Amino acid sequence: MPTVSMTVNGKSVSRDVETRTLLVQYIREHLGLTGTHVGCDTSQCGACVVHIDGRSVKSCTVLAVQLQGAQVTTIEGLAKDGKLHPMQEAFREHHGLQCGFCTPGMVMSAIDLVKRNPNASEETIRHGLEGNICRCTGYHNIVKAIQAAAPHIK
Amino acid sequence: MTDTGIGAPVRRKEDFRFLTGKGHYTDDINRPGQTYAYFVRSPHAHAKIKKVDTKAALASPGVVAIFTGADLAAAKVGSLICGWAIKSRDGSPHKAPPHPPMAVDTVRHVGDHVAVVIAETYAQAKDGAEKVAVDYALMPAVVSVSDAIGAKAPQIHADVPKNLCFDWELGDKAKTDEGFAKAAHVAKLDLVNNRLIPNAMEPRAAIGEYDSGSDSHTCYVTSQNPHLLKLIFCAFVLGLPEHKVRVVAPDVGGGFGSKIFCYTEETVVTWAAKHVGRPIKWTAERSESFQSDAHGRDHVTHAELALDKDGKFLGLRVETLANMGAYLSSFATAVPTYLYAPLLCGQYATPAVYCNVKAIFTNTAPVDAYRGAGRPEATFVLERIIDVAAREMKIDPAELRRKNFISPSAFPYQTPILLQYDSGNYGVSLDKALQMIDYKNFGKRRAESEGRGKLRGIGLSSYIEACGIAPSAAAGALGAGVGGWESGQVRFNPTGSVFVFTGSHSHGQGHETTFAQLVSPRLGVPIENIEVVHGDTAKVPFGMGTYGSRSLAVGGPALVRACDKIVAKGKKIAAHLMEAAVEDVEFAAGNFKVSGTDKNVSIAQVAFAAYVPHNYPADVEPGLDETAFYDPLNFTFPAGTHIAEVEIDPDTGITKIVDWVAVDDFGKVINPMIVEGQVHGGIAQGVGQALLEACVYDKETGQLVTGSYNDYCMPRADDLPSYKIATTETACTHNSLGVKGCGEAGAIAAPPALINAIVNALGVAHIDMPATPEKVWRAAQQSKNKLAAE
Repeated sequence: MPTVSMTVNGKSVSRDVETRTLLVQYIREHLGLTGTHVGCDTSQCGACVVHIDGRSVKSCTVLAVQLQGAQVTTIEGLAKDGKLHPMQEAFREHHGLQCGFCTPGMVMSAIDLVKRNPNASEETIRHGLEGNICRCTGYHNIVKAIQAAAPHIK
Repeated sequence: MTDTGIGAPVRRKEDFRFLTGKGHYTDDINRPGQTYAYFVRSPHAHAKIKKVDTKAALASPGVVAIFTGADLAAAKVGSLICGWAIKSRDGSPHKAPPHPPMAVDTVRHVGDHVAVVIAETYAQAKDGAEKVAVDYALMPAVVSVSDAIGAKAPQIHADVPKNLCFDWELGDKAKTDEGFAKAAHVAKLDLVNNRLIPNAMEPRAAIGEYDSGSDSHTCYVTSQNPHLLKLIFCAFVLGLPEHKVRVVAPDVGGGFGSKIFCYTEETVVTWAAKHVGRPIKWTAERSESFQSDAHGRDHVTHAELALDKDGKFLGLRVETLANMGAYLSSFATAVPTYLYAPLLCGQYATPAVYCNVKAIFTNTAPVDAYRGAGRPEATFVLERIIDVAAREMKIDPAELRRKNFISPSAFPYQTPILLQYDSGNYGVSLDKALQMIDYKNFGKRRAESEGRGKLRGIGLSSYIEACGIAPSAAAGALGAGVGGWESGQVRFNPTGSVFVFTGSHSHGQGHETTFAQLVSPRLGVPIENIEVVHGDTAKVPFGMGTYGSRSLAVGGPALVRACDKIVAKGKKIAAHLMEAAVEDVEFAAGNFKVSGTDKNVSIAQVAFAAYVPHNYPADVEPGLDETAFYDPLNFTFPAGTHIAEVEIDPDTGITKIVDWVAVDDFGKVINPMIVEGQVHGGIAQGVGQALLEACVYDKETGQLVTGSYNDYCMPRADDLPSYKIATTETACTHNSLGVKGCGEAGAIAAPPALINAIVNALGVAHIDMPATPEKVWRAAQQSKNKLAAE
């Protein structure tokens, strides 16, 4: 089994894994970071979105072995010293989550979305969330949260 | 109202863990020595199992054990049961064919369970399952209700001729016929209520664990009602002693009904863990969810509404064929009967209603409660046929509704079909909704759209729902196999913080916040010092779980009672501490006070005294921990009006929702932020049903065509609008909180509002759901051709 080493949430990690191991399995099963979720098997739901080298990626679409040396951030890596990231805080403030299952992927996607589109309109945000499915909120408050967080994210 | 009191939009206590990735969903749990299960499922809709050969699979790397349906049958594992008994018109009980957790000799739908492979890793279990060789003899399959009742249809269960589960009726047929005899106009409508797949974002999962030292079983599972699941395991399916079983439903990622039921997978891992001697974990892949989560809706209905010349309703007749799927799921029989037909009066004073429902088996996944469960189906029939009548009689749809509303002075109002509505004021919600959407200027907006070559439509839906299936005795008389009460427990800790235990279950609804908000002012304890505990049968006394928008309406009053007991006992302790008579002690804002004096002790001091009873009344038990049960006196009846406004591009058939107004009467609202969120989500699911979602089985082969997110169209952010939400309030008259429930309203109200708007835009009589661009485009072309011909 190959050894896969990367930096996850600022910490160097290294694990021996089967070559077929997906990044999401590496994160959840090998590192025990269970905040990243699996909601489908066709790479559509977006519950598993993480940041790889700063860009949002569905972690079910990459093999761990492709990511030697990569910088990965998961939902667990956003809050610093118990203080929520502005996007997390906006989701809380605007009730942008209910069951919480899609939330980690949604937050990770949203951060990348507003970084790439700092002045995103509601339409742009809605379009940008196409790869993240939420069954609870009807997206209304997710969109509000992202709009509110955008000015606070660089 | 304080910052955290009743009516305040308190930010949710549970959010920090969900936002930081620290939620604990079932698949996040790993037990020492855990193995993994993968189920071998039927690729065929209907077949005899000739042989299951597990030899190669058992030799596959990592495989620990394999069990088949025959193994379960030999071990006397029982049938998965259906907990609501329905009587047919002829008095016979509904047909309840066996539903073995894994098929023994026949598979009856794609995804039906054949065997389970247990291995050291998930991948090895899946690899092993590939090597299980099943020899099938194919049989003809039938997937639609219309086909399944036909004379030539294959019979799915040996003892169920014509695939007819039951033929049930509600209402006075003769009286309804009289209404039709007097009618000046009869509106008729044939419609399909499309089959849906619930798709909670967290796939179902379960971990079974057996402790030989104590001979006890634990099941961690994605359940909306762990106590009920435990009861079904013990009393019916597995025959285990209840005191040796613990069911834990930790954080659950959405349910919408689909996680109420007792399924094969949790049953099998709980049973097999003892045989394997190690914990067994199963997590559904989404494809498995599509195949074997209980589906929703799937009705084919003919309805007729009789009206007098002024548009007053004289009677409603409804004939429905309801698809049960291949087996009866846990509450399947209740959904198209008692959760459906009694709602056909809606908000209207219709004097007579008659409904006949035939429930039919097909070679499809079992159908059961999905958000709204029966009530969306009823509302769709009623709110659509009213618009058909309005169009035919050239009466404004809002006026036709208003004309027939039950008068606010008529409550309590006994409908002709079982229900007694306790409170409501339907005109107020309608008026507010009309004003919010600027109904009177719709014509101008339509003209403006027409100027741009677009078709604009507006549609109303004045819905009612019945929440919190109760009282227990009444539900039992109608066939319910379980009670409709809820438990609540309030436990002070010696240092003054509080545990609140509820038998309901939160899987997105925010109970940890709402219930803390409810208890906080009653005990004078800040909400941050209150922890709401749910979902573990070893911690919570007992409970019925969460379905039918019942948690607050049924679970809330139980907590109020428990708080009242705490205060009553606290008064005795406080009286002793203050050397006063109990009757002179008052309680307010967390303090016990002797009336007319400044003597007082805090509830925290009383709690401490209760656990360190050095100076304590001799006739009072130590401890401050009270449990209460509450059985409601009636259903609650949330109601309101939703209005959708759409713009359709006749060249592409694309429907754009340009405005959405929801005015709902949920009675008293504890946390308006959470309530609005529930409404948003409900509407989104309703819009999904009306525009996007359809579960499709191939008519010939019975294959599931919509078996992934590639094929089943889930609503995305850019499919949906922002909503305008408001509430009106008539308090529920029969519970101590005046609350009615809000979880399902959106999903009930939305589909007819949207379809009414679309047919209004197109100028057609009806369009079936989902109104996809193709269907809308065809209807737009036909409408255009018809206009041109005129």
